[in-house]
Amino acid sequence: MAKIEFLGPLNRESIEVDISSLNDLKEMFKDDTELVEWLEICAVAVNDALVCSLDTKIESNDKISLLPPVCGG
Amino acid sequence: MLELHDGPLHVEEITNRWFNEMRDKNYGAYIPFIGIVRDEQGISGLSFDIYEPILNSWFETWQEKAKKEGAYLLMAHSRGDVPNHTSSYISAVVSPQRKVALKFINDFVEDFKASAPIWKYDLIDGKRVYAKERSTALKGAGLLK
Repeated sequence: MAKIEFLGPLNRESIEVDISSLNDLKEMFKDDTELVEWLEICAVAVNDALVCSLDTKIESNDKISLLPPVCGG
Repeated sequence: MLELHDGPLHVEEITNRWFNEMRDKNYGAYIPFIGIVRDEQGISGLSFDIYEPILNSWFETWQEKAKKEGAYLLMAHSRGDVPNHTSSYISAVVSPQRKVALKFINDFVEDFKASAPIWKYDLIDGKRVYAKERSTALKGAGLLK
C-alpha cells in the first residue's frame, strides 16, 4: 500500500491506498469535495521528489505527498 | 548548514556563532539576511510548518551551487509560533568575493520564497490562519486536479 501525506494547511491524517499510478489517485480524489479546490494548487511529491506526470508509477511502500503553496521566511 | 528551531530565532546567538565559525575560513565576505515579523493586519505573529525531507534536499542543491562558486550557505528557520518583532528566518552567504556573495544571497532568498516547503500562518486571535494569498504554488502544482 502507498502512503498519502497531506502536508501543511491540508491538515489531514495520512491514508494508505492501493494504486499503481498517480492517475489512479486523481480518479480516487475526484469526488472528494473538500479536497478538490486544494488539488488545483497542490504539487505532488513521490518519495520526496516533486513529480509532473500523472503516468508516474506508484509501487507498494511509496510515499506520496501533497504540498500546498509555500511561503517561508 | 541548515538549522531548524522551535519558536523565534535567537538572532544574536545564531549570527555570532556563524560568524565565529566562518571567520577563520578565509572568506572575505559574510552577507547575512535576517527576516523580522512585522506587526500588520492585526496579527500577533506568524506560525510555520516545515516538511523537512524536501527542505533538506532543496538546501543541499543550493549548497552544491554555492560550492561551485567557492561560497557557502547558512540558513536557520523557525517551526511553530513566532511573535511580532522577532525573527523567523536567517540566511547568510560567505564567499571569497563580495559580488558573488551579494548575488547569491539575493538568488537564494528568492528561490527560498518560491520553493522551500514551508507553510506560513498568520496568528490572529490565537488562531492559525493559512497565508494562502501570500503563498506560491510549487512546480507541477495542479497535477491531480
